[in-house]
Order: sequence, then structure tokens, then C-alpha cells
Amino acid sequence: MTASAVTAPPLPADRPVRRKRGGGRLGRSGPMTYLIAFFFVGICIGPVAYIVLGGFRSNSQIITSPSGFPSPWEIGNYLDVLSSEIFWRQMGNSAISAIATTLGVVVLGVMASYVLARYDFRGRTALYSLFAAGLMFPMTVAITPLYILVRELGLMNSLPGIILPQIAFALPTTIIILVPFLRAIPKELEEAAAIDGASRLGFFFRMVVPLSLPGVITTGILAFIASWNSYMLPLFILNDEGMYTLPLGVQAFSAQYSVDTARVLAFTSLSMIPALIFFSLFEKRIVGGLTGAVKG
Amino acid sequence: MSDSLGENTLTTTSPEGPSRAGGGATTAPSPARRPRRPADWRKRGEIALLTGPAVVMFLAFVIFPVIMAAYYGFFRWKGFGPPTDFVGLDNYLAIFRDSTFHDALMHNGFIVVMSLMLQGPAAIALALLLNQRMRGRSVVRVLIFVPYVISEVIVGTGWALMLRTTGALNDLLEKAGLDALTADWLADPDVAIWSLMIIITWKYIGFAVILFLAGLQSIPEELFEAAAIDGASYWQMQRSITLPLLGPTIRIWAFLSIIGSLQLFDLVYIIWGQYVAATAGTSTMATYMVVNGRNAANYGFGNAVAVVLFLISMVIALVYQRFVLRRDTEGALTERKKR
Repeated sequence: MTASAVTAPPLPADRPVRRKRGGGRLGRSGPMTYLIAFFFVGICIGPVAYIVLGGFRSNSQIITSPSGFPSPWEIGNYLDVLSSEIFWRQMGNSAISAIATTLGVVVLGVMASYVLARYDFRGRTALYSLFAAGLMFPMTVAITPLYILVRELGLMNSLPGIILPQIAFALPTTIIILVPFLRAIPKELEEAAAIDGASRLGFFFRMVVPLSLPGVITTGILAFIASWNSYMLPLFILNDEGMYTLPLGVQAFSAQYSVDTARVLAFTSLSMIPALIFFSLFEKRIVGGLTGAVKG
Repeated sequence: MSDSLGENTLTTTSPEGPSRAGGGATTAPSPARRPRRPADWRKRGEIALLTGPAVVMFLAFVIFPVIMAAYYGFFRWKGFGPPTDFVGLDNYLAIFRDSTFHDALMHNGFIVVMSLMLQGPAAIALALLLNQRMRGRSVVRVLIFVPYVISEVIVGTGWALMLRTTGALNDLLEKAGLDALTADWLADPDVAIWSLMIIITWKYIGFAVILFLAGLQSIPEELFEAAAIDGASYWQMQRSITLPLLGPTIRIWAFLSIIGSLQLFDLVYIIWGQYVAATAGTSTMATYMVVNGRNAANYGFGNAVAVVLFLISMVIALVYQRFVLRRDTEGALTERKKR
């Protein structure tokens, strides 16, 4: 198991070679393959296209023909949203909480995973199981007391009030993905570093952190996207439109302008852009990172 | 609470000193060369330093609230001041007698089963398809993950607008001459839960495909080469090599899917709102919890619902781990000791 995880991080370099070799197994991409792929992509993209295109239509266009294309194309809705202060405010709130959550998860996650992967001590398995158990219990179960806890801490209606719980709830996934990565770093490297006089902590900062970068990026992206999309926690914690993150903003906006469908669609499609850009930049990394985790 | 575990990690390491000195010489030669005691203390310090922050955060914001939920669940409590009105198991009895809760439980059960049946086979087929060599494969991969990456609120808002009676779907059906198929997709109790299933499948199948693709890539190429030499066909290879070796991934995905379905909240709450979900037949245990707990300012009751939800999830998770995941996780945790 560890052996398979060893091959996971450096995959990008040797994968193309393997792919060519495996031509026999992977071949068979006839017209049917493309047809099915095309159809499936259409289903996946259709509703998203409806949202984006709907933003380019006027309300009267949407009422007369709900499923039509924009004619003529109206950019007024998008310009309205882009020039509104509240949109940028909420975008900023989302960005701050997503970046802070990501940094927190990555730093705490790498530290804890390093110990779980490479230190031998009693209670190691128990500690790992404790974090793994967290995977079973998403925020839904703890949300009511969590809300009370955040209120007691005086963090209601503030970004730290959502950042801290998000870090805690992202730790299990992060640790489960990172532990196999860190375990895969060869023991010989550690011994060589020790001979050269590096302490365990020195080894951690000089070797472990750079070598585990693929896994770290994967977990970082997952944490970022989860935070960007998070709904339930902000719903409980934030109660002022100026503090809202984008998901709450979208909902408030669509309640407020429920008759102005076109503007709601424009607001909605603008709010998904950052997560989409982020994901498409790192898509290969995510699949690569999970390859190590699934096997490990 | 958090302090006690910080100590705990330290105390559990201490009796290990002598045993490690015995076994340490064979497994890890380098630390044994150093003087034992200072190295041991140092190691403990490092363990505490590195795991401490994560453990504290995790206990404070994940474990502690779950424990508090169990405590609050025994009180009638409006959420302000310390809870004083102890009502024993009354909240739990009220939950089990409430027919709206039974409905929500049934809906969750339906969603669990249908998610597995709809997403599983489709996602395996798509992962096999996308694992083939084809032009534009990376573009296709990014595009099919789009629904998974965008937020539930966006999905909910977009689909709600498409599915309303005057929305795009009914309009398309009319244009195609399929007037008979138009429906009140969101409000009709016979149809609404299927609309929800379609939205869930659309939203989450990308995640299943990602996992399966990752699983497929870790199957050694040599197996397929050997099978090809022996004259196996493409489908024979998929059935006898891919599916069995993809087993662990499929079982983990199913686990995550079941837990996710039991905890489903966002999509239902966004599309159906807090009042319509029960009448449209799409309410879940989580929406029941929020509507009858926080929104009704009845925090004791809400926490009791959380505990019920927690126990149901935990029982299912433990049973699943015991009987299904067991062979997959066995190696992962015990591997080190055997060596």
C-alpha cells in the first residue's frame, strides 16, 4: 500500500509514458465515445449555461421565452452587479474566509499529518482514528451547538466565527489525504538528513514540506472550494448583509429581487467564477492528489 | 476538554519509553545512537508541538459541540442563559412521535438508496469512458466537474428558476411538443423528490467520477498488458480486472455518499425553503432540525434532533465499516505494527 503511494506524487512526469504504453487498453475511442462524452458534457454544462446566458437577457425575454437564447444580448445586468458595492463586499468576505481557512487547514494539517505519518508513539492509531471519525460527521450534526459556541466566544457576525470552525471541519479530509503522502517519503532521506546534522524539525521544514507539495495543493484546493461554497455555517453565524459571503449574498439577492430574474442570474453567474477558475487551474493536481489518498 | 487531551497525548507516550528502547534498535537505527532520554523528551515535545494546534481546534470545534448537543438535548431551552428546564427524554419522545420527522426520515432513506443506484453505475461508466484516450479529454474532465465545484446555492437558485412552472424546462417540453410531460416539478409531492434526485445526481456525480478516475489510474498497467496477451477483450478486462480492483474506491465512495445523503441540507433548504419542503415531500432530517430548532428558537429540541441524526449516521457508519470497509482499512492502520 505504501509502495503504491510512493508512485503517486511524482506521477505527472511518468504518466504520459505509461499512457502511450497502455494504448491497447485505452484505445477504442470510436465515434460512440465522443458522442456519449459530448452528450454528458451537455447535461453537465446545460444548467450552468442557462444561468450565464440568462444574465445576458432581459426580464421580458425571460418571461416570453423562458428557455430561449439572448436576443439581443443585454450586458446591463452584469454591469449593474459589477458596479454594486455589495457584490464586491461579499466577494471580499468570501475571499478572506476562503484564503484564511485554506492557510489554516494546510498549516495545521501538514504538522499533524507529519507526526501521524512518521513518528512512532503509542496513541498514534487512536489519534488517527479520532481525526478519521471526524469524516463521518459533517457540520450538520454539530451546527446548533457550534452556533452557541461561536456566540459564547463573541464571534457572531464576524469572519473568524466561520473561519475557525471551517478549519476544524476540514482537518479530517486533509489529514487523511496527507498522511499517505508523508509516509511515502523514503526513510533513507530522513537518515541522510540526520547524518548531515538536521534535526527532525529541520528535516520537516527542509524536506517534508517541499516534497509533500502535491498533496498539500490538493487539500488546499479542496478546503478553498469548500469554504467558498459553504452555506450552512454562514447562514447560522452571519446576520448582516455587509458581512455575508457570496452564497448567502446570492440567496439574499434572489429573495430581494425575486421579480428581476435576469439580474439574479447575472449575480449568480458572477459569484461562481472564482471557484471555477481556481478549480480548472488545478484540476490535474486534484486527481493526482486523490490517487495517492485513495490507494493509501 | 481540549486541555485534557493535550495531556492525554503526552501521558500515552510516556510508558512507551522503555518499550521503544527495546524495539527501537531493530526498526529505527538512527535515533538509537543518540542518548535515549533527552531524545525521548524531545520527541514528545515535537509531537505535542506539531499535533497540538490541530487537536485543540478539532476538539474545540468538532468534538465539543457534538458532546454539547447531547447535553442540551435533555433541556427545554430557548438558547439564552444556561439551560435549566430539564425535561429528560421528552424531546426525544416528541421527535419519535412527530409524523413530520418520520416523513423526513423516509425521504433521507429514499435519497440514500437512490443516490447509490443512480450515481454509482453512471459514474463508473463515465470514469471508464474518460479514462480512454481521446482528444480534448482534459477539457471534458474539467467541464464535467463544474457542477461539483459550484456552490449549492448557485445550483439551487439556477435549478429552482429552471424548474418552476413558468421556467425553462416546461417551456422546452412545450416547444418539443411534449406538453403531456410538463409538471409542477417543485411543488407536486409526487414529482418533487424526483426533481431533487435529478439535481443531486447532477451536482455530485462529478465527485464520484473524480474518485473513480483516481482509482483507475492506480491499477497497474501490466495487468491489462498480460490480459491483452492472453486475448481478453476490452469488456472482459473491465469486468475481471477493473471492477474488482476499483472495489476499495467504490466502497469508500458509497460510504461518503451515504453519509452525505443522510446529512443533506443545503439544496433542499435553498430550493424549497423552510416551509415548503415538508409539504412538497422533500424535507430531510437536517432541514427538520433547522426549522424546528433554530428557526423556532427551540434549541433544546434542535439539539435532540442533531443527536438523533448523529446516532443514525454513526450506527450506519459503524455497520458499514464493520461489514464493508473492513478489509480496505485493515491494512492502512495496522500496517506499521506488522513491520
